Amino acid sequence: MMSARDLFTFSNPHFTRGVGITAAILIVTAITGFIVLPFAQPWVQFANVWDAICSAAGVPQRAATITAPGQDKRLSEVVLTSNTLSRPSQEAIGRGATLAQRCAICHGPTGISRADSPNLAGQYAAVIYKELHDFRSGARTNAVMSPFAVNLTDQEIADLSLYYAYLPRLPAYHPTPQLPKPNIVIYGAPMRGIAPCGSCHGSLDNKTGSPWLEGQSEAYMKAQLHAFASGERRNDISQQMRNIARAMTPQEIDQAAAYYASQPPDVVKAVD
Amino acid sequence: MLANRKLILAHFWLAFAVFGVALTLGAWQMFIRSPIGTWLSNPELYYRSLTAHGTVMGYVFPTLVAMGFGYAISESALEQRLVGVRWAWGGFWLIVIGSIMAVIPVALGRASVLYTFYPPLIGNVFYYLGVVLVVVGSWIWVALMSINLRVWRKANPGAAVPLAMYANVAGSYLWAWTAVGAALELLLQIIPVAAGLKATIDAGLARVFFSWTLHAIVYFWLMPTYIAYYTIVPRAIGGRVYSDSMARISFILFLVVAMPIGMHHTFADPMVGAGFKFIHSAFTALVALPTLLTVFTICASIEIAARLRGGRGLFGWIRALPWDNPMLLALAFSFIMLGFGGAGGLINMSYQLDASIHNTQWITGHFHLIFGGAIVIMYFAIAYDLWPHLTGRDLIDLRLIRTQLWLWFIGMIVTTFPWHWVGILGMPRRMAYFDFGDPAIAPQALSVTLSAIGGFILLSSGILFLVILARGMRAPQAEAGPYRFALAVHQPATVPIALNTHALWVALMIALTLTNYGYPILTLAMTEGTSVPAVYVGAQ
Repeated sequence: MMSARDLFTFSNPHFTRGVGITAAILIVTAITGFIVLPFAQPWVQFANVWDAICSAAGVPQRAATITAPGQDKRLSEVVLTSNTLSRPSQEAIGRGATLAQRCAICHGPTGISRADSPNLAGQYAAVIYKELHDFRSGARTNAVMSPFAVNLTDQEIADLSLYYAYLPRLPAYHPTPQLPKPNIVIYGAPMRGIAPCGSCHGSLDNKTGSPWLEGQSEAYMKAQLHAFASGERRNDISQQMRNIARAMTPQEIDQAAAYYASQPPDVVKAVD
Repeated sequence: MLANRKLILAHFWLAFAVFGVALTLGAWQMFIRSPIGTWLSNPELYYRSLTAHGTVMGYVFPTLVAMGFGYAISESALEQRLVGVRWAWGGFWLIVIGSIMAVIPVALGRASVLYTFYPPLIGNVFYYLGVVLVVVGSWIWVALMSINLRVWRKANPGAAVPLAMYANVAGSYLWAWTAVGAALELLLQIIPVAAGLKATIDAGLARVFFSWTLHAIVYFWLMPTYIAYYTIVPRAIGGRVYSDSMARISFILFLVVAMPIGMHHTFADPMVGAGFKFIHSAFTALVALPTLLTVFTICASIEIAARLRGGRGLFGWIRALPWDNPMLLALAFSFIMLGFGGAGGLINMSYQLDASIHNTQWITGHFHLIFGGAIVIMYFAIAYDLWPHLTGRDLIDLRLIRTQLWLWFIGMIVTTFPWHWVGILGMPRRMAYFDFGDPAIAPQALSVTLSAIGGFILLSSGILFLVILARGMRAPQAEAGPYRFALAVHQPATVPIALNTHALWVALMIALTLTNYGYPILTLAMTEGTSVPAVYVGAQ
């Protein structure tokens, strides 16, 4: 009867050769991959063999010697997950309602603007949360909005976001006939690296941190796209919107803004 | 002696039924993103279909074929009734339930994450739980294969394990171990996020875990095909296996070197060190060895058949082969596709050459040619060969079978060759539509159109395959006799212990996994700040 003792023994040639050849291949490839090849790259300098091995093994290293280039403009520091402000409390919404009285002059008492400011009623909480933080930090600036945001506390920002997210999505004040979807909204422009607007902003899908746009002011959306394109607005994470807006044609900007402005907000699917 | 025909037939029918559905989706995908289709107004539908196609073709279909074939091998090669039939049915039903559980969220657009999961994309938790059930169901099969071999060994102490069963169990062990990577990714990382317990995920670590599964799974898909090469084709054409030992060595080589090579899928990823990528690249090159051994042994085996039929000369014997035999036809097609696909694979595994085709349509062309072509055409052959033994009825119309195999071969070449070509030109994969009106890619429109036509040829072949099997269920009854496997020229009475058991090779497989994956996984798991927010699919 065969047993493990006959198999795992050096007197078994299959064991000796099998293990020996495997180990030999492993050692040769390891020496090649961790020592020979790193030094074969003339454009990389290693202090010693251990340095090369660590580099090839992918040991996490802090690049302490290189200082990041200085930023003269502030960038957004907000971190959003799909769970940000996902569990609103009635108290927070109530506090937010009181605070929102000062916003009503532009954004409307029901969260629907008559002044080409964004409609906030039923907007995603994470979106308002991010923009208020960015206005407060200076990552986004606006002559009217910045002074309002600069003194808000974290708590107040969260309360305001939850309050506006809680409001019902009412029709906008600029009724126009509902336009068909233009190409830029459903297809984007594949050859220019532009994803469809609808894949983040609704109509196709929604991504965390992207506002839904149905029924927003056409003038406002056009102004923001131009501001992204010119680099005047830069609080988008990793330049997502700047890269898209820069590659858009003026016609596409007009089409996208007109399309979204013409949509009733009840087409936004409930996410709450 | 096939006592549990119902069990085996159930596995095959479910496998081929889901294959038919996924094949239809595949053809639709080819069409809709080609210049002859109009752009989809909702790309999400494309990714939904792509997820279903990949999940079925990658997890459900080949697993069921390997399981059904494995049970058939166990009963016929060992000549003993299957031990654990109830458990086998339990495994089958787990796969049924898992598949249904996974496909519902996919159909609803709640899990369009593709079968490779792609975290930080996160879909509905039931999709992942369904996949886990499919894997658990297949692990029951792994255990049963091992137990049945053990029972046989007790009854036949010291005897040589029949080649078909030896290879079958090797395949099951390979699957058991390679599925662990995706299982760890699902259980430790993805499912907690999908269930809402966490909102961030270490996508880099998840990709490394998945690469643990993703390459060796291909060799698990390949196992039934290689078993058919060695143990069905020579018998079907009246030849003998040139070398039983060479066959065993091929299968154990797959066991050892198929596993520690998956990181060639992550060459372009920043989270793995270049040294480990090189080791994985070198070990991937070694996988060519068992394939080359197999090609040599099988060519020698069919040459024996040809010379027994009176074939003469250096190459003249090729004409003496029974070319009207579907088994030989399938083998020839499979080898041609394996040759082209393997050559392409050498490019993918080369650290530097990979950069030119990484994430392009070349890759999609490559794995369709190898898996859909070389491997699946032998699944057809296995089904044709086993069918009379399972149904007790003859498959009479050999012409129709040959037509089906020809269509599959032509369809696969027409689909995948242009696919490779546009990949070299830089066309990215996983895209719902391409703007062929743009002068930059307008010249690729012809290749993509050809490819889509190939997709429809494949669909027609798939339908024909199902028709042949269904007609086989209603043909006149005929006793097919006991199911036999090919004998070797020198049929072994005893075999060295290392080639008669799997322990040594399984130990080497695990050891190499630790050396080649241990450090990258540990550092990624222990490095802080490597997680990113999850992106929920179809969350609204």
